[in-house]
Amino acid sequence: MSTSVLSTRNLQKKFGQLVVARDISIDLPKGARYALIGPNGAGKTTLINLLTGMLAPDGGQVFLDEADITTLPPSERVKRGLVRTFQINTLFPNISPLEAVTLVVCERKGEAGTWWRGLPGYGASIEEAYETLKSIGLGDHVDRPTRQLAYGQQRLLEIALALATKPHVLLLDEPAAGVPKGESQELFTAIAGLSSDISILFIEHDMDVVFRFASRIIVMVSGGILVEGAPAEISADKRVHEVYLGSAHHA
Amino acid sequence: MTDTATPLYNPQDLMRAQVRWRMLETVFWVSALLPFFVAETYLVLCTQIAIAALFALSLDLLVGYSGIVSLGHAVYFGIGAYTAGLLAKYGWGEPLSGLLLAGLVAMLFGYLISFIMVRITHFALIMVTIGLCLLFEEFGNQAHDITGGHDGLQGVRMWRLFGTFRWDLYGFTAYAYSLVVVFLCFLVIRRIINSPFGLSLRGMRENARRMPAIGAPSKQRLQIVYTISATFAGIAGGLLAQTTQFVALDALSFQRSAEVLVMLVLGGAGRLYGGIIGSIIFLVARDQLASNNPQYWYFWLGLLLILVIIFLPNGILGGIAHLLSRRKKS
Ligand SMILES: Nc1ncnc2c1ncn2[C@@H]1O[C@H](COP(=O)(O)OP(=O)(O)OP(=O)(O)O)[C@@H](O)[C@H]1O
Ligand SMILES: [Mg+2]
Repeated sequence: MSTSVLSTRNLQKKFGQLVVARDISIDLPKGARYALIGPNGAGKTTLINLLTGMLAPDGGQVFLDEADITTLPPSERVKRGLVRTFQINTLFPNISPLEAVTLVVCERKGEAGTWWRGLPGYGASIEEAYETLKSIGLGDHVDRPTRQLAYGQQRLLEIALALATKPHVLLLDEPAAGVPKGESQELFTAIAGLSSDISILFIEHDMDVVFRFASRIIVMVSGGILVEGAPAEISADKRVHEVYLGSAHHA
Repeated sequence: MTDTATPLYNPQDLMRAQVRWRMLETVFWVSALLPFFVAETYLVLCTQIAIAALFALSLDLLVGYSGIVSLGHAVYFGIGAYTAGLLAKYGWGEPLSGLLLAGLVAMLFGYLISFIMVRITHFALIMVTIGLCLLFEEFGNQAHDITGGHDGLQGVRMWRLFGTFRWDLYGFTAYAYSLVVVFLCFLVIRRIINSPFGLSLRGMRENARRMPAIGAPSKQRLQIVYTISATFAGIAGGLLAQTTQFVALDALSFQRSAEVLVMLVLGGAGRLYGGIIGSIIFLVARDQLASNNPQYWYFWLGLLLILVIIFLPNGILGGIAHLLSRRKKS
């Protein structure tokens, strides 16, 4: 555990009778590129909600950099560098990407509580927001209302908002959800190119992408972790084939 | 750096363009001086409009910019009005300090009540704000010895403004005083909206769920904006008490809460000038129509409200902005 930036011990969560997190214990080491896979409804998004504090667990603990953050509110976790993106676009439809990312930068720098000074006075934050958008390929789309962006661009903005917080642990919930296969490779190439100071856990259904970009894979089934291992181990695992990969995957 | 085919943005210029003071704004505020010269008999109405505009602006901070509804905003208007009125009645008729106190007392109440407000959303919020308003109205009614109940607060005596200007019958002083106060408050509100704090308010309006995920302490922000909004509502209420030298119980009423929301929605919420335009239309129309028959007036108001909501969901200013942007494209 000493090298892991993010870990959980025996996380539990139920929705009524439905167990969505069953004794989840994971360890994410520094610089990780971990994939979290599992069939629909396995509890992957729920796990991210538990990690980020958007849901409170019924039991167990979450640790960030060795500190117990189980009861820390979501915004405080973000301040400590634990940041997520959303499977379903969770953006700001009527403000521009530039404004949205500037807001994130201002939040990070502790400027967003200031009401007596106009935004143009925050040139450094605005420039940083613009650079972040450019770095992810949105440099030409900073000015329109977000709702007018193409879907693929909105997916990129979803990530840009997270990056602008300067995370050191990034949880990506199906970043390429709904994006055509060709573009999703591009998107993951961009993600793979992020600094190795950022530890990443990503959820993804496309096995080609998973095997290509993950250094390690966690397989979830009905709220529990079925198996965790290197890509080669996972693709050789019989149980994984039975419950998840089926015949679709040819390793 | 990038190829020449793509437009080169200067992000700081883009942001500056958003908050730039526009020519039309100067025209608007200068024309607010016209009543002094051309419509002396309407100065009282103009004062009412200025006060309503400030009240609507204060509500816009919540409804238009933060995405939280309130149907009880008259609570703070009324608190401001009674504070200013009672001060003047019991011996302190100095307008400026009285107005400041009206704002401060409303601020205090806004801050206390904000602890309830940040815990609830949507439908519950509407109900609780209505409930609060009814509560305060009934309290104002019961506390007859202090507020005068349904008879209103009598005996409010204002001192001369700056010790010099009498509160004349035409309402020159009242309109000048109100206009200056409203304009100054407008400048402050405008600055708030164009600040990083204002941007974070719009963030909450656009997507409350995303805010914690970008590290924003939403509850704390909501409490601050609620407190600020209550303060300006209190100043508006204080202005009414001072310029009319009277406080009616309806300063606190649910009806006033609903009316200010209607003004804001008519003009266009979240557009800075929406509340101002809305209160002009509302009060001028009422002045023209209600002179015959109050029911008649409500008929037209209802019709106008329905038409605006159906055809101009972003209010009159929203509709104009939409037309202009279509014209630009074609
Ligand atoms: N707020 C909630 N209340 C009740 N049940 C929920 C709630 N959120 C999720 N669930 C249920 O919990 C289970 C796990 O959902 P979750 O979204 O975590 O799955 P997932 O692994 O992310 O699936 P997908 O691959 O489709 O995104 C599902 O059966 C879902 O219907
Ligand atoms: Mg999911």
